[in-house]
Amino acid sequence: MREIDVGLVARSIRDLCIAANYELDRDVLDAFERALEQEESPVARDILNQLRENARIAKEEMIPICQDTGYAVVFVELGQEVRIVGGNLDEAVQKGVRDGYREGFLRKSICHPFTRANTGDNTPAVVHLELVPGDRMRLIVLPKGGGSENMSGAQMLTPAVGMEGVKDYVVERVRMAGPNPCPPTVVGVGIGGTFETAALMAKKALLRPIGSRNQDPELAAMEEELLQRINRLGIGPQGLGGRTTSLAVHINMMPCHIASLPVAVNIQCHAHRHKEETL
Amino acid sequence: MTEPIRLTPPLEDRDLENLRIGDSILLSGVLYTARDAAHKRMIDLLDRGEGLPFDIRGQVIYYVGPSPARPGRVVGAAGPTTSYRMDDYSPRLMERGLKGMIGKGIRSKEVIEAMVRYHCVYMAAVGGAGALLSKCIKKAEVIAYEDLGPEAVRRLEVEDFPVILVNDIRGNDLYQEGMKRYER
Repeated sequence: MREIDVGLVARSIRDLCIAANYELDRDVLDAFERALEQEESPVARDILNQLRENARIAKEEMIPICQDTGYAVVFVELGQEVRIVGGNLDEAVQKGVRDGYREGFLRKSICHPFTRANTGDNTPAVVHLELVPGDRMRLIVLPKGGGSENMSGAQMLTPAVGMEGVKDYVVERVRMAGPNPCPPTVVGVGIGGTFETAALMAKKALLRPIGSRNQDPELAAMEEELLQRINRLGIGPQGLGGRTTSLAVHINMMPCHIASLPVAVNIQCHAHRHKEETL
Repeated sequence: MTEPIRLTPPLEDRDLENLRIGDSILLSGVLYTARDAAHKRMIDLLDRGEGLPFDIRGQVIYYVGPSPARPGRVVGAAGPTTSYRMDDYSPRLMERGLKGMIGKGIRSKEVIEAMVRYHCVYMAAVGGAGALLSKCIKKAEVIAYEDLGPEAVRRLEVEDFPVILVNDIRGNDLYQEGMKRYER
C-alpha cells in the first residue's frame, strides 16, 4: 500500500483552486482562435477578442478570469492501493478549498438555499470520489459558475423518442438558455444510467479536452451533429448573434433501465476552468 | 463597428432617446452595484415605505458581485452576472428613477415593457470578462449591506466601461434581432 498524507491533498486542492481560476487551458484558448477564424459577425469577433484579452490579463495580473469563481466541484480518483493517512480525506479537500479561495482572493459564492446567508469560505465543495485501480490519486478541480449551471437541465425521456429525441432535447436546452450561460459554451451531455448518473456523466463530459471526440464512432458523430445544429441557432458569443454558440459538445453514455431514457445537459461557460494533479 | 457613444450618469431621458440596440457605449463616472440579495433588500425597503440606500434617480445599476480585491488593488474580477434574476425587482426601481441596468442575458417581457414606460435602458457587458472589465474600475466602496459580501451595494467609479445596448426605450431587443440575423 502506498501512503498519501491528507496534508498533501489539502495543499494540492488549494493550488488547483487558485490555478484554475487564473489560467485557461490551451484547448480553450485554441478554441477561441478557431472560433475567430470562422465567425462572421463583427460583434461576435469583438467579443471573442475580448475573451482572449481577458484570459491574458487574468493570467498576467493574477485577476480571476471571471468574478464568479464558482462552486468548487472536486473529482477524486483514488487508487485502491492507496492508504489515506494523517486524517480525513473529505475534510482535507474542504480545507484545500477554504485555503485556496481565501489565499487566491477568489469570490465566496456558496450560501444557504433559503436565507441566502453566505457560508463565508466557499465550502462545502462538492466531492465526487471514485475508486480506481493503482496506487495514485488524481485530483481535478472544476470551479463551476452559477450562470451556466442554472441553464443546465435533466429530463427523463421515454425510450420511444430514441436518439433523435435526445438530440432535440439537447439543442432545445441550449436554445432556451440563449445568452444567459455566457456563450460560447461547452455542452456536457450524459445519456443513460439513472436520474443522478446522467447528470454526473454530463458534468464529467466537461472535463474532456475541447476538440476531442468520443471513442465510440456513433457518439462521436452525434457530438459533431449536435455542435453543428447548436451553432446554426445563431445565438453566438454572449447571445448577440453569430456562428459560435458552443465550442464543443461532449457526450458520455451508459446503459439505462428498460423503462427509462435519462438525459442531462450540463452547460459550461466560455470560462471553462479546470485543473488537475496526480499524486 | 461604429464609434462608441460616451455616457456619464446620472442619465436623463434625452440621453436615452437616440440610443439604438447594438450601440457600443462607454460609460464613465459612477455606477452602483447590486445583485440578487441587495435587490431583495431594496424592494423590502420600498415595501415598508422607506428610502433606498442611494439616490437612484438617473442612475445605472451594474449587476455584479466582484471577487475580493488583492491588496493594493481597487477591486477583483468584476464581470456582469445574469440579469433575469433581477427581473421581479427592476420595474419598481425604474418607477423610482433608475435609468440604466448593466448585466448579461435576456430580460422578461414585463421588464422590457417597464423600460418603455419609465424610459430606462438595458446594457450588456461581456459576461466572464471579469479581469478585463475590472481594469475600467478606478474606485470601489461599499455603501450598503456590507454583510452580503460580494452582493453588497458598491459605488464604483469607472472610466470607459464598455457595454452594448440590448434593450432601448422603444422595446427593441438585440438578443432577438442578433439571433434572427445569424440563424440558419
